[in-house]
Amino acid sequence: MRWGEVVRRLILIPPTLFGVAVIVFVLLRVVPGDPIAMMIPPGASSEDILRLRVFYGLDQPMLQQFITWLGQALRGDFGRSISVHQSVFELVLARLPATLELALLATLIAIVLGLITAMIGIHLRGRRAEWVVDGGVGILLAIPDFLWALILLLLFGVLIPLLPISGRIDPQLDFSFRSNFYLLESLLTGRFDIANALLRHMILPALALALPFAALVARILKTSLAEAEDQDYAQIARARGFSRPEILLREVFPNALIPTVALGGVQGTLLLGGTVLVERIFSYEGIGNMAIDAVINRDFPLIQGLVLTFAVLFIALNLAVDLVVTLLDPRLRHG
Amino acid sequence: MVSSVLSRRSVLQLAGAAALPLSSSLLGGDAAQAAAPGTLTIAYNVNLPSFDPTVGASAVNPTIQSIYQAIFDAYIAQAPDLSFKPGLLTKWGWNEDRSKVTLELRQGATWHDGSPVTPEDVVWSLQRAADHASGNPIQFVWSKVGNYKIDGNTITGDVLEFEPTLFKWMAFLTGYILPKAYYEKVGAEGFEKAPIGSGPYKVDAFERNAFLRLKAHPGYWGPKPAFDTVVFKFVTDPTSRVAEMESGGSDLTFEIPYEEFDRLKAKAGLVGETTPVSDIAMIFITDVDPMLDRNVRLAANHAIDKKAIVDRLLKGYGVPIATLEAPGYAAFDSSIKVAYDPDLAKSLLGKSGYSPEKPVTFKIQTTRGFKPKDYEMIQAIVGMWRKVGIEATIEIYEIAQHYELRARHALAPAAFYNWGNAIGDPSTSTGFAMFGPSPHCAWKGKDLVERIGPLWGEKDEAKRIAGWKAVDKYIAEEGEVIPLFQYVQPIIHKKGLKVVAQANGMILPQLVTSA
Repeated sequence: MRWGEVVRRLILIPPTLFGVAVIVFVLLRVVPGDPIAMMIPPGASSEDILRLRVFYGLDQPMLQQFITWLGQALRGDFGRSISVHQSVFELVLARLPATLELALLATLIAIVLGLITAMIGIHLRGRRAEWVVDGGVGILLAIPDFLWALILLLLFGVLIPLLPISGRIDPQLDFSFRSNFYLLESLLTGRFDIANALLRHMILPALALALPFAALVARILKTSLAEAEDQDYAQIARARGFSRPEILLREVFPNALIPTVALGGVQGTLLLGGTVLVERIFSYEGIGNMAIDAVINRDFPLIQGLVLTFAVLFIALNLAVDLVVTLLDPRLRHG
Repeated sequence: MVSSVLSRRSVLQLAGAAALPLSSSLLGGDAAQAAAPGTLTIAYNVNLPSFDPTVGASAVNPTIQSIYQAIFDAYIAQAPDLSFKPGLLTKWGWNEDRSKVTLELRQGATWHDGSPVTPEDVVWSLQRAADHASGNPIQFVWSKVGNYKIDGNTITGDVLEFEPTLFKWMAFLTGYILPKAYYEKVGAEGFEKAPIGSGPYKVDAFERNAFLRLKAHPGYWGPKPAFDTVVFKFVTDPTSRVAEMESGGSDLTFEIPYEEFDRLKAKAGLVGETTPVSDIAMIFITDVDPMLDRNVRLAANHAIDKKAIVDRLLKGYGVPIATLEAPGYAAFDSSIKVAYDPDLAKSLLGKSGYSPEKPVTFKIQTTRGFKPKDYEMIQAIVGMWRKVGIEATIEIYEIAQHYELRARHALAPAAFYNWGNAIGDPSTSTGFAMFGPSPHCAWKGKDLVERIGPLWGEKDEAKRIAGWKAVDKYIAEEGEVIPLFQYVQPIIHKKGLKVVAQANGMILPQLVTSA
């Protein structure tokens, strides 16, 4: 991908986000569920109801509401949450690091597991044991992340209680963080005891998110390795006397990595989307969990803010994946 | 051939050596973080959106009140049986002609920052609640008293419009005293970040959507709570709450499926308790065809076997009711009965030309999973109706849609709902649910408007309650709503704890002790 392509992708971000904003804004006001109806007090008169609508700006025509909201959003003001009475921007900023850390940990686990599984699978290629690996990968892939969350919760939280099953951190812990990147901060400040406590809470939701993704990485990588291993250059290296592990690691693996990163990276956006249900099941306080409450409460400003946040993350992730693929593939760098 | 520096064996050895300390440190220690002594951990079913108990949607959410009551004091306290007792106010009442109110503030109460609770705090809280601009959803009650005067610890006010339930609201939604000086100093946002109350517990730590940690308030005017520290873990998924109890991660939880409740209470180390609460299941009847036909309404009432629904679907956890007043409510009248009589139902429908072969048809709306077995219950009712000549189609929707349709008077002819009433007063159940001008009412018939209207301002309490009982009797005779049963709240807790069950459904940590 040349710099021109990068610039083109960056220029497309604002209209993409605008399109997302329009769609979610309209959908929220069209689908059933009126936030004012949910908070009408028992003895409310029609004047009281109108007063509430005016207070939250919901008495205006939809176009006017959108223009007002857009104008504020361009100034960094995404409005005030109807249910929480706080700035949407501050709420999202407070909870986003939790989701990012969880997603990052899940991605790392998925990559490591996927790599190991793929290498084992390719090593066993042609043997009966390969079926075991392929079968295992199939099972991991068939079970969605939220189901893994329930399985892991029951397995390691209840049947063999080894790990905590709710929250991001032990409520008994008396430690104040300077940032909302708890794990990163504790690692950087050398508080490995706190980092350990955080990881204990993160490991089950991260595994739930990672397992299907790991299976995908393993399957794509193993297929790519198999295809690359059958290529001429690999055959020549074998003829020249290189060992199979050497050929796999030095010649085949770099080439097999490209389609894996390309396809796997796109699927990684699904991992982000999976945080919504997984965070809910583990009561993990990220933006996914917050999104469910926002929808239940019909908190329009918060829903809009969260959807835009996810959109930005998806766009950033796709751009990052394309850049990495370009770095790996010289054919793309030089057009 | 070039030999590989890294053999397969050495890679595995290195990986194992790295994994061992990592896994043992992650898995080391009790998985269910053993609570510090003196800590009570409650797996709570909802998140806490806001700390201000007097404004916004969360202020009128009955489920959050347990948390508010741990941190803040209501003007008037409530006993487990819904009766009222002194709280921050030790005395309250009207004068003889109901033109003035008198409130007496308890001496010696302090805020969590150590400053004293003063009559100025009471007056400020009441005035703020009465102000439209504050966003108090119950402003329509608080605005009926004004012109407050302070004399020592006694506060008097003029009754601008008589509200018979004024003092009951002082124990209910938004009826909390907030600190005037502190609130004015820090503002609304500052109060959200660092709230203080005068209740038995003060806020120690809060992670939104995760947990709230409270510490006992040393200057609390009431009995010292048994637990120095209370942790509310926000575990909104019922399966996760069940898992929390089984893993030992929490000491107490509630609002779990009845099947899980029965399973957990049989486990060693756990105790299950149930108590009927001030929350009922009902079916709204909307004044549209075919519900304008009295025979259809009454038939729909008489065809439902409420006891069977409670016994078979709810495992016996429920109390069948005939009116919107449950046992324990001020206007509960046990003499009002609506018998399960399918033959009578058939006969009534027959008078209107309907039969099982030629049924009356309409839609019934319900949520699914919002309340225990809500959808399954409606399915059972539809089956009972079909036998007598009513063919109802079920529409599932979200609770948000129910509120919207109800506010627009656009509900289907029948719609399932639950109605909570923490003060047990008939005005807040029959009143708001059946009085036409109320935005929460589905039956807008003039007959009830005429009957209920005079009761809102009735100054004679005995006459007021008798009036409400007469209204309930009329509603039952006309079939204008279908009350189903009173909910029973399942509570699971660790052995060794003593939990005081509240009829208003609240879980008050300050009342939990060691057995």
